This record gives sequence, structure tokens and C-alpha cells, in this order.
Amino acid sequence: MEIVAALTVGALVAIGIWLLLDRNLVRVVLGVVVIGNAINLGVLTAGRFGSRAAAFVAQGEVPLQAANPLPQALVLTAIVIGFALFVFALAVLKRTWETHGTTETDRVTALAEEPAPDLPETPLRPGGPA
Amino acid sequence: MSGLLVAPVLVPLATLILCMLLRRNPGVVAALSVAGAALLTLVGLRLVGLAGEGVILAGQMGGWQAPYGISLVIDRLSAAMVAITGVIGLATVVYGLVREGDPAGGRDFHLFVQGLLTGVCGTFITGDVFNLYVWFEVLLIASFALIVLGDGARRLSGTVVYLFLNLLATLLFLLSAGLLYGATGTLNMAELAQLSAAGEIPAGGTVAVVLMLLAFSIKAALFPVFGWLPASYHVAWSPVSALFAGLLTKVGVYALIRIVTLVWPQAGVVHEVLLWVACLTMLVGVLGAAAQTEVRRILSFHIVSQVGYMVLGLALATPLALAGAVFYLIHHIVVKANLFFIGGLAARMAGSERLAAMGGLYARAPWLAILFAIPALSLAGIPPLSGFWAKFVLVKASLDIGAWVAAAVALVTGVFTLLSMSKIWNEAFLKAHPGGAAALREPAGLRPAFAVVAALAAITVLIGLGAGPVMDYANAAAAQLADPSGYIGAVRGAGGQ
Repeated sequence: MEIVAALTVGALVAIGIWLLLDRNLVRVVLGVVVIGNAINLGVLTAGRFGSRAAAFVAQGEVPLQAANPLPQALVLTAIVIGFALFVFALAVLKRTWETHGTTETDRVTALAEEPAPDLPETPLRPGGPA
Repeated sequence: MSGLLVAPVLVPLATLILCMLLRRNPGVVAALSVAGAALLTLVGLRLVGLAGEGVILAGQMGGWQAPYGISLVIDRLSAAMVAITGVIGLATVVYGLVREGDPAGGRDFHLFVQGLLTGVCGTFITGDVFNLYVWFEVLLIASFALIVLGDGARRLSGTVVYLFLNLLATLLFLLSAGLLYGATGTLNMAELAQLSAAGEIPAGGTVAVVLMLLAFSIKAALFPVFGWLPASYHVAWSPVSALFAGLLTKVGVYALIRIVTLVWPQAGVVHEVLLWVACLTMLVGVLGAAAQTEVRRILSFHIVSQVGYMVLGLALATPLALAGAVFYLIHHIVVKANLFFIGGLAARMAGSERLAAMGGLYARAPWLAILFAIPALSLAGIPPLSGFWAKFVLVKASLDIGAWVAAAVALVTGVFTLLSMSKIWNEAFLKAHPGGAAALREPAGLRPAFAVVAALAAITVLIGLGAGPVMDYANAAAAQLADPSGYIGAVRGAGGQ
């Protein structure tokens, strides 16, 4: 069971890296998501799939055959965080498309290397146009 | 006592929640934010006082005993980092009171700064690897929002670079935390140190820790994985980039110091690798800066080279070198943030941050020039400012164990740093403004910003003149780092909270 999961993680990471290397920002975002999920699966696998019994502890009884609950808790946390970051990345992606009219990574990153713009004579007023 | 343990996280978090509830009134939000940051500074100073007496505060959250509960630990290094975070947080929110030029009109800046402070303080006080990951994510999401604040094509592009490379680093960290748990069965740093001391970390666990160090190296912007930093820090609003310059890479350095000293207290292969990485980081950073022609881009490359010094202290692994690294952290955070603040002010007065389009600031505003000279000379390591002592200790520690190459690289880097700083001095301050003296402007309402810059410069001078007590503290912190038994004892002996 672990070996199947491990191979799946490997395949997913490979797909994710292939997507990350793409020139299109949309695919880069998807690549990060695929890698994120692969790593979640990896964390779960690293904690071993010993048993399917739920890890509920009854009064005065230790469940010897219970599945390891800790990796599950870790992955749940990581999924929630990953989801928030994914949403933010999508928002940045949408704004990039609106602002630059392109999602080509080379052109987007080249813009950050342009010389700094001159600051306006009258600075923006609070609440004014951004 | 237990309240003080969680205060570094609770204070900014409570401020954030209050700010969110009252966000309709920007004046109230700004006042709350300043008060919260001031309170955080006080908490930090109180912690430094406690830690200075040799107390290691520790506690388990949720009432579970270590290693099952999440441990929070505050030793000398953590306490100093929390205090300095409070100072930089306070400086940033006060500078942010100059709302002219605030791209979001004062609406969201304070919320995200408090969120960032929560995450940063969390990383400094946690004693659990997975919890460290969670705090990293907290500070990361706040930093994403801060760097893109105010939109604009150039800023958005810088955000894209910053976003994806930092996301990858945290994913790497998550993977290594999972693998570490799989290999060793624990995520508690103190228990990890115990296992390591007993030689019970399996090969898989070592691989996981090394992977974790790689993730921290990306965060700390070490050679060769520093590319994201100079590609993104210069696009943000100036108080935001000052906050990042002061705190964010140093979170990575702190995590490196914490994990390496706990898992490998004795010098070994990892230290050998870190030594070369540190030397290359110093050199590449400072040479990269030489090619830049904008104030903040020069300063960004210098962050990289300065991080090299701190890692050099970690890599040498003698008590003196570790003390040097701690001293360097404290000195560097203040100086670097201050240089970014001054860069922002100079740009606002000169109308640009391109060196070619700046000038005449010395004639027009000599006090700003002096305020720039103090952190700039300190960064280069000119006595009697704080940077001199930081570099002196590290060079001495290198020579003590015969690491001639490292000492030479540290000195050469200092010379090139001075060169970069004099470039900014000549271009922005000394030469005449290309548009004539009339092109210089003196915007009204910059008083809080000048107060911040002057206060941070005063701290730099104070650390330089009063280097003795600070160095004593750094020495004591290094002693705690070099011998993890105190840390382990505090965590294992602490009761549930």
C-alpha cells in the first residue's frame, strides 16, 4: 500500500514540476497545487497506513490497532492552508491577466526588473485612487 | 508566567482582530496598531529581562505533555528575537502613519502588518516542527498581501516571483516535516535533540532534516537559492519592504540556527557545507549589489550578503561564533530596516529611487544624510557602530579555528559593502540633482517617519557604544544554543498549560 502511494506521490510531483516549468502562469499555479497535494499525500504516507480502525479512545481502553491520527491531523491543517494559498494565487493570476493582458511568465517577471518609476509630485491621498 | 509565554503571539493577534472589527475607522485602526506593536515591544523586553537571568520559559499547549502537546519555548535567542520584532513592528506601523503614498489609503496595511508580526513571533517561540510550518504559513500569507498592497503592474510582477518561490519553499518544508515524523516518530524539537544526542536518528530522519535546512535556506536567501529576494523586495511600498528586509529572511536564519544547534550541536559535515554556502552568499550578494543602480535593489542584494555573515557564525559552531551570529542578527535587523526606511524617505524627497535621477539631498537635508550615514557605516562595519563589533567577533571566531578563507571573505565583503554605501552616498546625497535644486521636494507630514529613522539610528549607535552588555547577552544565548540540555530539560519538565 505504501509503495503505491509513494509512486503516486512521485508521479504527481513529476507532473507538478513539468507544469511549473511552463511559460504560462496558469499552468504554474496548477503545478503548485499538484505538488502541494502530492506532498500532502507524502506526509500521510510517511506516517504509515497500518490500520483502518479509527483512533477513538474509549474509557480505560487503548486501541492497539488504530490508524495513526497525527499525520491525518497534519495533512488536514496543510490542506486548509494550501487551499487559502491557492485562492490567493488565483487572485494574483486574475489580476495579472487584467493588468498585463498576458500570463506569460517571462513577460510578467521582466516587468519587475524595469527601472523604478518616478514618484508623483503630489503623493496619493488616503482613500484616493490607487 | 504562562501568560507571558503566549503573549508574543496573542498581542499581535488580538490587535489584528480588534483592527479588523474597527476597520471602518482608519484613525482608530492606526492607533490600535501602534499601541499593539508598542505592547509587543514591552513584552519582548520583559522576556529579554527574564531570559537574561537564565530562565527558559516553556509550556505545553492544550494540556498535553511533551512530546504530544505543542511546546512553546522562550530562551535567550527567542526572547531577543521577539523584542527586536516588536521594535521593527513598531517602527513600521509608525512609519505607516505617513499615509501619503499609502497605496491602500490606510485601510489594510495595519491588519496585515499585525498578521505578519503574529506569524514571525510564532516562529520564534515554537518548539515544534509542524507548528513552525504553520507559523511560516501565517507570516507568508500576510507577507503576500503586504507585498501586493496597492496594485500596480510592477508590484504585481514582483509579487508573482515572490509568491511562487516562497510557496515552493514552504511545500518543501511541509514535506520534510512529514518525512521527519515518519522516520523519527516525533516533531518536538526537544525530543529530536534528545534522539540526536543518543544517536538514534535514522538515515531517513537525517535526510528529512537536510531537506528542511534547504527549505530554510530558501527563506533565508542563501546562495544559490536567493534569487527570489532581489527580484521582489524592491517593488513593495517602502515601509513594507523595510519590514520584510528587517524580519523575513531572519526568520529563515533563526530556523536554521535553531534546528542545526539542536540536531547537530557539534561541528560536522553540515557545518562544513554551511561554511562554503555562507562564504559564497556573502560574496555573491555584495557583488550583485555592485551592479545595481537603484537604492532598494542595492540594499536587497546586501540583505543576501549580510545573511551570509550570520550563517558563517552558525557554520563555525564555536560558542564565540554563535554569539557573533546572535549579535549580528540583532544588529542587522535594526540597521537593514532603517536603511530601507531612509531609502523610502530619500526617494520621496528626490522623486525617484533610481540613483541617476537622485541627488542634492546632502545640501537640502543634511540631517537625512547623517541619518543615512549611521546605518550605512554600521552595515559596512566601521567602528564604533554596531556592525563593527558584529563583524569583529565573527572574523575573530574564524581566525580562532583557522578558517582563513572565511575571515578573508568576511573582510572583503565589508570593503565592498562600504563601496556600495558610498555609491548611494555619492549619487543620492552628494551630487547635484539632475533636475536642479528646485526638483527636490520636502513633502509635509513626514515627521513620524523621521522620528522612526532617528530612533533606529540611535539604537544602532547605542548597540555600538554599549556593545559590552549586548555581547554578554549574545554570549549567554550562544551558550544556551551550544548546549541543548537546558532547552530539552525545560521542555520535558514543563507542565501542561
